Amino acid sequence: MKTMARLARSPEGIAGLLLLALPVAAALLADVFFSADPLSIAGPALIPPFTDTAFPLGTDRLGRDVLAGLIHGARASLAVGLAAAFVALVIGSLVGTIAGFAGGLVDEALMRVVEAFQIVPGLLLALAFVSVVGASLPVVVFAIALGAWTGPARLARAEVLSIRERDYVASARVIGMHPAEIAFREVLPNALPPVLALSSVIVAGAVLIEAALSFLGLGDPNIVTWGSMIAEGRNVLRSAPYLSIVPGIGLVVTVLGVYLLSEGLSNALAARGMRP
Amino acid sequence: MNRALRLLRRRIVSSIPVLLIVIVGTFFLLELAPGDAVDAYLISIGGGDPALVQSLRESYGLDQSPLLRLWVYLVSLAHLDLGWSVQFGRPILDLILERLPNTLWLMGSALALSFGLGTLLGIVAGARPGSAGDRILSIGSLALYAVPSFWLGLVLSIVFAVQLRWLPTSGIETIASGKEGLARALDIARHLVLPVSALGFIYLALFLRMMRAGMGETWRQDFVLAARAKGLARRRIVLRHVARNALLPLVTMLGLQAAAMLGGSVVIESVFAIPGFGRLAQEAVAGRDAPLLIGIIIVSAVLVILINLLVDIAYALLDPRVGASEETA
Repeated sequence: MKTMARLARSPEGIAGLLLLALPVAAALLADVFFSADPLSIAGPALIPPFTDTAFPLGTDRLGRDVLAGLIHGARASLAVGLAAAFVALVIGSLVGTIAGFAGGLVDEALMRVVEAFQIVPGLLLALAFVSVVGASLPVVVFAIALGAWTGPARLARAEVLSIRERDYVASARVIGMHPAEIAFREVLPNALPPVLALSSVIVAGAVLIEAALSFLGLGDPNIVTWGSMIAEGRNVLRSAPYLSIVPGIGLVVTVLGVYLLSEGLSNALAARGMRP
Repeated sequence: MNRALRLLRRRIVSSIPVLLIVIVGTFFLLELAPGDAVDAYLISIGGGDPALVQSLRESYGLDQSPLLRLWVYLVSLAHLDLGWSVQFGRPILDLILERLPNTLWLMGSALALSFGLGTLLGIVAGARPGSAGDRILSIGSLALYAVPSFWLGLVLSIVFAVQLRWLPTSGIETIASGKEGLARALDIARHLVLPVSALGFIYLALFLRMMRAGMGETWRQDFVLAARAKGLARRRIVLRHVARNALLPLVTMLGLQAAAMLGGSVVIESVFAIPGFGRLAQEAVAGRDAPLLIGIIIVSAVLVILINLLVDIAYALLDPRVGASEETA
């Protein structure tokens, strides 16, 4: 709780929480204020922003409400970002724990696989994966996680390598615990905190990759996302640039909020004498 | 030099199994795709009778088992043959080599911009930790780091190409301009300004932040205290002692970011319609050209390995401790 108090006092932490409150509130309240499908036609096409009270941010080429898209897009961005980071952290810490704990040939083989994933650009991998399996929300989540799990895996392995030499692991071995039980009940929980500290950076990265994928037209076509709104607005970039600019601001606010929050958190943890 | 060469040899040997994993992994991933090149071709020509399908499959070897085809593929890869693109009707390696220079120019310039300017601003910020300049730069870089590169590209092109008309909106050079030599180089440079800025600014922020953090740590080291005790000028301490030691991790970061930057150029090339490697990847996805996509992924992996080898050599040359332990081992 002391950490939370420190977080609330650090300027970065406050700024991050305030910025993140916007997309989180938008995601939670999207259906309350904009119950209609944001992909449905709501009015005349290409109303400029701040001219019509019914459409504060205007409408796009097909007459869809930009504000409704922006609000619903927050939900897609946050959901994909959080889910992809979760999947990446789970895969990464499992693989890292197994590699670090088993050692020897298993470690060698698993780390080669990690390197293989690291040398392929994450966006290209996601592009190939989505194009093979077909675009839907779970597929996009998994495709993004494919390029993001290597960082957690390496960190978890490094932690496990140092933890497995500790006395309590030796004691667990002496009382006859199964190696798998030691790995997942004794070692993994203690290796997790530094790995979890990576999560904010991974969430931010996942939000950006999701935006890039849907910008390239590889997102779920049935869901409105900020990336697809930017791509849609590109068609009328000369006459209605606001269509591309508005959703991008949503992206910047979300990602900046996550970065500031993680900066504030790591400062708060550092003040407690813990590693960030 | 011997030390660097030994390190290089060891790195090359260890990257071979990694590359093999990439090749086999991508091969089987794209094997999962419904339909094959013949299906895609049939759709593009409007269908055909079963006998044609059969003969096409046989001529491309698509009637064989996946394992056998993987073996054939690996053998032809060993001969530097990446196969044939049905979509373009050309050898894949030719296509990639034709597009690669544009991407390398884009990436190389973005890297030079971000590394040079990022390090410089990082030194300015890290020279006086906690000062107003430091806070402005560090918050500014964090904000810049949160901007998606493709959106930054669009905004830059709205401002500088559409509104101000200072720079071209898209392409790599003026089509059929008949320019040659220096005029052509200047034309390409003008076309590259916006994409390079869009791709490079994010990494500029990254390098700035790393340099600043590295300098913050170096300030606390004993040798800095010693340099101050000797009465060296502050300027000399900052440049010769603190910045120099904080620079090394940035070189490592350069290698680590190579893959991400290649991925970033895919989107940037799409924004600015640059006929590069990344756009080729998008065309491969759009045309369901699996062999081309495999080729692109393999070449990008090789490219990342090569960049990392260069980084390793640079690192060994900069830091005499790297690889020194192997001489005794």
